[in-house]
Amino acid sequence: MKYSYFPGCTLKNKAQELDRYGRDAAAALGIELEELPQWQCCGGVYPLSHDEIAIKLSSVRALAAARDDGTALVTLCSACHNVIKQVNHDMQTDDYVITRVNNYLAEDGIAYNGETRVLHYLELLRDEIGFDEIKQKVAMPLKGQKIGAYYGCLLLRPSGVMAMDDPEHPTIMEDLIAALGAQPVVYAQRNECCGGYLTLEDESIPKKRAAAILENARAQGAETIITACPLCYYNLKKHADGTGVEVKYFTELLARALGVKEGE
Amino acid sequence: MQKIGVFVCWCGSNIAATVDVKAVAEAARKVPGVVFSADYQYMCSEAGQGLIKDAIKEHGLTGVVVCSCSPRMHEATFRKAVQAVGLNPYMLEVANIREQCSWVHKDMATATEKAIALMQAAVAKVTLNTPLTAGTTPVTKRALVIGGGIAGMQTALDIADAGYEVDIVEAKPTIGGKMAQLDKTFPTLDCSSCIVTPKMVEVGQHEKIHIYSYSEVTQIKGFVGNFNVTIKRKARYVDEAKCTGCGACTEKCPSRKAPNEFNMGLNNRTAVYIPFAQAVPKVATIDPEYCIKLTKGKCGACAKICEAGAINYEAKDEYIEVEYGAIVAATGFEMIDVSPYDEYAYTQSPDVVTSLEYERLMNAAGPTGGHLLRPSDGKEPKTIVFIQCVGSRESCSSGEMRGKPYCSKVCCMYTAKHAMLTKDHYPDTDIYVFYIDVRTPGKNFDEFYRRAVEQYGVHYIKGAVGKVTPEGGKLKVQASDLILNEQLHIDADMVVLAGAIEPNKSARPLATMLTASMDTNDFFTEAHPKLRPVESPTAGVFLSGMCQGPKDIPETVAQAGAAASKVIGLLAKDHLVGNPCVAHSDEWMCNGCSQCETVCPYGAITYEEKEFRMPDRTTKVRRVAQVNPAVCQGCGACTVTCPSGAMDLNGFSNAEIMAEVDALCR
Repeated sequence: MKYSYFPGCTLKNKAQELDRYGRDAAAALGIELEELPQWQCCGGVYPLSHDEIAIKLSSVRALAAARDDGTALVTLCSACHNVIKQVNHDMQTDDYVITRVNNYLAEDGIAYNGETRVLHYLELLRDEIGFDEIKQKVAMPLKGQKIGAYYGCLLLRPSGVMAMDDPEHPTIMEDLIAALGAQPVVYAQRNECCGGYLTLEDESIPKKRAAAILENARAQGAETIITACPLCYYNLKKHADGTGVEVKYFTELLARALGVKEGE
Repeated sequence: MQKIGVFVCWCGSNIAATVDVKAVAEAARKVPGVVFSADYQYMCSEAGQGLIKDAIKEHGLTGVVVCSCSPRMHEATFRKAVQAVGLNPYMLEVANIREQCSWVHKDMATATEKAIALMQAAVAKVTLNTPLTAGTTPVTKRALVIGGGIAGMQTALDIADAGYEVDIVEAKPTIGGKMAQLDKTFPTLDCSSCIVTPKMVEVGQHEKIHIYSYSEVTQIKGFVGNFNVTIKRKARYVDEAKCTGCGACTEKCPSRKAPNEFNMGLNNRTAVYIPFAQAVPKVATIDPEYCIKLTKGKCGACAKICEAGAINYEAKDEYIEVEYGAIVAATGFEMIDVSPYDEYAYTQSPDVVTSLEYERLMNAAGPTGGHLLRPSDGKEPKTIVFIQCVGSRESCSSGEMRGKPYCSKVCCMYTAKHAMLTKDHYPDTDIYVFYIDVRTPGKNFDEFYRRAVEQYGVHYIKGAVGKVTPEGGKLKVQASDLILNEQLHIDADMVVLAGAIEPNKSARPLATMLTASMDTNDFFTEAHPKLRPVESPTAGVFLSGMCQGPKDIPETVAQAGAAASKVIGLLAKDHLVGNPCVAHSDEWMCNGCSQCETVCPYGAITYEEKEFRMPDRTTKVRRVAQVNPAVCQGCGACTVTCPSGAMDLNGFSNAEIMAEVDALCR
């Protein structure tokens, strides 16, 4: 199975592990992730003002490229996924945005109307490969490990557009953890905000948020928590010392369980 | 040739001040077919009616047009008047020149012109009218009540006390419904069991009431006065006639892991069980899912201990057919599944409970014997947070509604009740109630709620809980206080969720069987929201209790009585006089397309294969529509749907309506 792949800027810098393990695991699962030959930043944050068009253009370019390639577009970073999926939804439903964006992109010879299917890597695992299939391919089950999923805010919301899982009662990552042979730990703070970009403004906020999340995970018995978001990873990791909880990208555990994590 | 009389009413000055009534009467005389016209101050009065009657006799009128108020007001009056002197009542038409004319116009010239046009239209219609006679059907003098909660019980008792036979069909092994599970009732705090269990006994012992417990309605045929209902009597593996309710089997049963529905699953029961001590009928039931004998073939402990020999492992579901004249839906409600609201951690902690579970935790007959102990560790909670409107009053602006748009109505009051009862037993408890609005309309209701705030010191906070985090034996509640505009953090021992109320799941399939209409929330629709609140638009079907909308116990009992009185009114008749203005199908024009059957809201249309003798003397079997005149309500949906023009409505035929329109457009 072949898919277009949009890594995003952070996966080329701070979050290289998320990217590398994701690619290795995909290869082990027989999935061909072909990085788009040219891609730009997703825009970073989905713009909330309706007439903010320019920020959406780079996402549309990636979406159009995947369409021309005839493949679905796979994302890995929660933030990129959130922006691209929401922009794609606009390009399917919002006549104002469709017209304005296509006016801009006409110069580049691009016309796009939301044809591309956008998949998060987790959806790829669940819906295209299937957790049962992954279970079969696990070479080194993560036996005895107690792992909590950390969803953060961007991966599932707005739920109607993201359409990945129930934002208050998600199971996709827990199901993955179980498929890898570990024991999923459900804790209430798993879908609360990590503090996000406020870390630039006032570090005390993410510090407080991270403490609440990590303590709750620890209290419910988690030894490790996994995330798909580089920013969550940054905020949580920074404040994880002494909490007894390790913070990891989900792709790292996936690669390890599949036996393709280098050095092991 | 018809001889038409036109009678123009002044309605005092209501019509005459704006419409030149003399001009209307004069114009009438020029309309072909009109042989007489008159005007009078009050046509509906004794003298006015006399004027009409005399004119019919004197001029041999074959049709009458009264230009007056809305036909809703006095059509029946005038029909009776013309009938008294031998004219068919359907040879009368009312032209509404008051509500739709004099009341809405100021200028006399235009109002008079419009009144004349309306009169001409009515004359055009009455010229084509034909005499109609209503048919009659007999009434089966037995009522069916579906649901044995407080609504169904009260309806059944009231019908039975009037002397009619009533059957109650209840899906559970016992009647009593949700009210039997409640601890106390608001606003008087009297014990729910103490008032509902005597009612259950009364129902059980009433000679006119028969209870089909552990049973379901599976098919309904027929129509008002003549329903044929199939009832499935689920195999309970215990012979009701032999079982004495001694309970010996329930003590002996080794399968003890079945969730106890009566206690909302907070504890377990045996596979053979009597739901609770006061159950009616007090007979045991075997749960086939948990019975070792029925699942594994071994055991038989209950059969050995039963002295009455009532246990029968070979029992099968039975189906019986019964005839009824009227059917009452009293299927009640349930609380929504609150687990999707996982921000409140219902699935994550046993100490987050629903209000109904809390009710059982407070109840002396409940799993904790009435001691309020939290489910996780059996300790008394010191801090309790109540969250209102879980799934109620949700906005649908985003198009992603999780819950219900409506107010569940009873939650504000029962939460105040829970708070006060808790404070009564455990005065040191800190209680917080988070609300959107506190809604307490009802006799002594607001006083009740204010007592919780003012006397009991319950902390009522207008705001919303954003997150409940179970951690370290506590429930960390994060909330916003909308009045102080502050974030609150409360370490609670228990959280109680007032989940929205929704109709029982059995209501939708029942509505389909009854061809009774429902709203988008699956509550039964009433025939008129104000004037016919306990009747379904489907004739012979009545509504009682929560199945029509959220309501408390006194309202339910009142509605149950009202539904019963409507049933009694129906059963008191030996024959039903139908409405002759019903649809009929021209079988030669019918092309068998079934569109009329699809649009008919009452299920009055069926299709039959019939033999027709064709012009070329061959015989052909054709599929044609048949209207059951006893079920048809004359709405006319089929006549406008029919592509071949085969469907027509008596009294409002296509030709009559077109004649009216032509007259207006002339």
